[in-house]
Amino acid sequence: MHDASVAPPHTHYLNANYGVKSWLLTTDHKRIALLYLASLTLFFFLGGAFAVLIRLELLTPQGDMVQSETYNKLFTMHGIIMIFFFLVPSIPAVLGNFLVPIMLGARDLAFPRLNLLSWYVYTIGGLFTLVAIVSGGVDTGWTFYTPYSSTYANSHVILTALGIFITGFSSILTGLNFLVTTHTMRAPGMTWSRLPLFMWAHYATSLIMVLGTPVLAITIVLVALERAFRIGIFDPTLGGDPVLFQHLFWFYSHPAVYIMILPGMGVISEVIACFARKRIFGYDFVAFSSVAIAVLGFFVWGHHMFVSSQSPYAGLVFSFLSFLVAIPSAVKVFNWTATLYRGSIAYNAPMIYAMGFIGLFTIGGLTGLFLATLAVDIHVHDTYFIVAHFHYIMVGGMVMAYLGGLHFWWPKITGRMYPENLARLAAIIIFIGFNLTFFPQFLLGYLGMPRRYHFYPEEFQVLNVMSSAGASILGVGYLIPMIYFLWSMRYGAPAPANPWQATGLEWNTSSPPPTANFHTPPVVTEEAYAYGPQEVHVD
Amino acid sequence: MAHRRCTLTEHSSALAHHFDSLEQQYASANLGMWLFLLTEIMFFGGLFAGYTVYRTFYPDAFIAGSHHLDITLGGINTVVLLASSLTMALAVHAAQSGQRQQLVNFLLLTIVCGLLFLGIKAVEYSHKFADHLVPGKHFVFEGPLAGQVQLFFSFYFGMTGMHAVHMVIGIGLLGILTLQAWRGQLSPTYAAPVEMLGLYWHFVDIVWIFLFPLLYLLGRH
Amino acid sequence: MWSNIPLFPEQASTIAGQIDGLFAFLVGVSLFFGGLICAVLVYCALRYRRRSEDERPLPIHGNLRLELLWTGVPLALAMVMFFWGANLYIANARPPANALEILAVGKQWMWKFQHPAGAREINELHVPLGHPVKITLASEDVIHSVYIPAFRVKMDAVPGRYTTVWFEATKTGTFHLFCAEYCGTSHAAMIGRVVVMTPSEYERWLSGGAAQESPVAAGERLFEQLGCPTCHRMDGTGRGPTLAGLFGQTQRLQTGETVVVDEAYVRESILLPNAKVATGYTPAMPTFQGQISEDGLFQIIAYIRSLSSDKRR
Repeated sequence: MHDASVAPPHTHYLNANYGVKSWLLTTDHKRIALLYLASLTLFFFLGGAFAVLIRLELLTPQGDMVQSETYNKLFTMHGIIMIFFFLVPSIPAVLGNFLVPIMLGARDLAFPRLNLLSWYVYTIGGLFTLVAIVSGGVDTGWTFYTPYSSTYANSHVILTALGIFITGFSSILTGLNFLVTTHTMRAPGMTWSRLPLFMWAHYATSLIMVLGTPVLAITIVLVALERAFRIGIFDPTLGGDPVLFQHLFWFYSHPAVYIMILPGMGVISEVIACFARKRIFGYDFVAFSSVAIAVLGFFVWGHHMFVSSQSPYAGLVFSFLSFLVAIPSAVKVFNWTATLYRGSIAYNAPMIYAMGFIGLFTIGGLTGLFLATLAVDIHVHDTYFIVAHFHYIMVGGMVMAYLGGLHFWWPKITGRMYPENLARLAAIIIFIGFNLTFFPQFLLGYLGMPRRYHFYPEEFQVLNVMSSAGASILGVGYLIPMIYFLWSMRYGAPAPANPWQATGLEWNTSSPPPTANFHTPPVVTEEAYAYGPQEVHVD
Repeated sequence: MAHRRCTLTEHSSALAHHFDSLEQQYASANLGMWLFLLTEIMFFGGLFAGYTVYRTFYPDAFIAGSHHLDITLGGINTVVLLASSLTMALAVHAAQSGQRQQLVNFLLLTIVCGLLFLGIKAVEYSHKFADHLVPGKHFVFEGPLAGQVQLFFSFYFGMTGMHAVHMVIGIGLLGILTLQAWRGQLSPTYAAPVEMLGLYWHFVDIVWIFLFPLLYLLGRH
Repeated sequence: MWSNIPLFPEQASTIAGQIDGLFAFLVGVSLFFGGLICAVLVYCALRYRRRSEDERPLPIHGNLRLELLWTGVPLALAMVMFFWGANLYIANARPPANALEILAVGKQWMWKFQHPAGAREINELHVPLGHPVKITLASEDVIHSVYIPAFRVKMDAVPGRYTTVWFEATKTGTFHLFCAEYCGTSHAAMIGRVVVMTPSEYERWLSGGAAQESPVAAGERLFEQLGCPTCHRMDGTGRGPTLAGLFGQTQRLQTGETVVVDEAYVRESILLPNAKVATGYTPAMPTFQGQISEDGLFQIIAYIRSLSSDKRR
């Protein structure tokens, strides 16, 4: 990797234009990625604030900090913000938007104006939801089960539903953009089998975004209509079926969890290949696994409904398919681990996050098997076991991958290096805090503590205190990168084009890249992750 | 796909800067529109799934509700929409063969058909309103099946209403396209906008082809 | 403090031990694979750490046999887990025929339990040891869920339909009963207790309480009150079919289909009378939606059941 000058290029996408309008009306995918980064960070900390309040309340068995209605709003808003306004967009909207065109060797996404519209749609949906929060919040749980949400709840359901409905279109448009770009705008020589695994992951994610999100849209609209006009679709007293809502809701919301994790897996593939300085073991299998997860993920939604009065036969089918969908994820974990064998491993912050991801995602994924097992799920459904399971995947997996990815590509995005030792420390603090927070919750769940409980029987207190203690450490861990990332934008060391000696088209352009991404259009002549005894190739 | 510097003829204002060639641009637009229509299928699919579930639960109520729909008006609307798809297809052909006046005419005809459809729909809706068949506080239906008939009408208004919203958007886009055509901004090499809108319009038509029998023709002999 | 952290709830039902056994297997598999991955990660992390910037490891593309191995072995294990879990689930899906039948209504934010002999409880359920108990669940308003951790059972109470859950207690004592489906403001307060007593104690408890109207008697009273005999004459001459001996039979409908006259059919006939009309009768029955609570429905069903020739308790 030859890059003689360390000084950043004279003109790049950050300084090409100045002024608020040049940002709010930009069609440059890189700037749009940063717009998303700003909004997402705000939502992450808002959702995190709600989590802090929840864990504080749960320090004591009594509900003595807030009223029950408030507590119910806290966990609802925590879930809605984290899922719809942070996790679902996160990696695709920030890292995907920034990197997809560059990794493909293109100048931008296929539909740049649609990309900007995506961000506005996301922001407007977010505003609706913020207004709902400020006006008093929603208390239905992020799952909006009917008839509570459609008939009985006394909170701002319609406003929140509209917010989620609007934001869903952001997801659809982003997925559509990624799919078309991948099909039609690859650089010469960039065949499908030379795509970085980050691209495969985003392709699979986009399939789910495009096919699944519309079903959520119509479902949430129906809840809003039911509430506004009492049409009866989910109200049993009018002939409606409350369980129909669950089918429609989970038809999206299960694939949605794969929207949330697949991009993270893509990041991990890139980071591990770079910091082990080796091609990902079993590239074909990892790529295929991404698509397999996306497809199979559409057929397992009923595993959320084993005790909801669904027929036992349906339960059998969904349980079986749920075991199948676990296999591709396991294959990926094995392949990532095998990549380390005989590698050359460095421990920069992204790699620490990646290795943490593998450990935590493995635990989260294994506990998914517990939930697919019919007889066991009966006992642990709607308990803290479930809460622990999905936090291991979403926070231990996805958020770690997001942070790892942010660190990995931070030099490319901002042209600055972050402080390495502080970053490593933060990663370790996050890892420790995370486990302390969520592992006790597995125990709580099997012991029988249900979720969404404002107060609980005394025998659950010790584990709850452990969990809250861990949460305080986790919170500190998240604040540290927030601070040094901001610091680095002004005072960080200028970054070379390829600080990690990594392969991939994004490292062949300057840090930060020019607005058109490349000074000369790239031509691809070798496979992805062409690490090897020869010099890492530069075009 | 070959990549070469744009030739002068291709480097029209029609080529967006992030694309290498008009072919790439066209391929992207085409794939994008098909994918978008796929999302629309999933969106309407949710409604169709709900409709199917309740139709199975309450067949009698749904037939009773269906009999209150005006099959004549619905039938006229179906013909109107089919005609509009024909004029749209002719517009696409005109665009591809560079006949500017014909293109404008056919686009205008399509808009007229669309507006006619919406007008007839409005008449139908007003009848329902007058007959107290709009779900909600003012719904009135004689007989024990009232609750389930209200469900039928919820789906009727939900599905045809959603369809109508898509029609309105389509007509709006047609208006913009007509303006562009009239100003000569479209040509055989840049007929993509007409083709894409054509795809969208045909899709909206197909949705109606499914809606009409499901809602209007239930249980009729 | 550490001794205060239990890992398993009490095993107080016939299936608890079975569930825990399967759970232990799952934990074992997880520890094995989790440990394996962690061990390999740590080993590689130490053994292959970068010693100089010039290191260029040999590229290893993959190994088909390994891929098949680590696809096949997890798949096989997954199938073991599936079959084991499915087996337990199916084996316990249907309650034994001699189960004690409890009727339960969940409403915001309490549980109401009705014993067949007449005793009624709120948020507390007394059951005999060693005897299967079947709970038929209904909801007055939103979805609730009966969860008894010590028995390892859970089932949602869904408004608009009946669901059932059953267990056989193997220990006397008091056990938590939770509502496990978020149902609004006081969801956390919807906590009850299951009190398991020896059979003789249970009998004593049943007869000890204030004499309560049995659900059958209450149902008969409601039946008269709501005017049902006007059409449903016992001699069959009324506008509606006679209900004597009807429960449990197969009824042919107007459409030609048949339906078994069970709790769900009776409930539907009262609330949505024209959904499934018996053959030979007109859809003239008015709906009683809103005029009768879930408790009332249970009582009328109990009464109608009592009219059938094979009286089940």
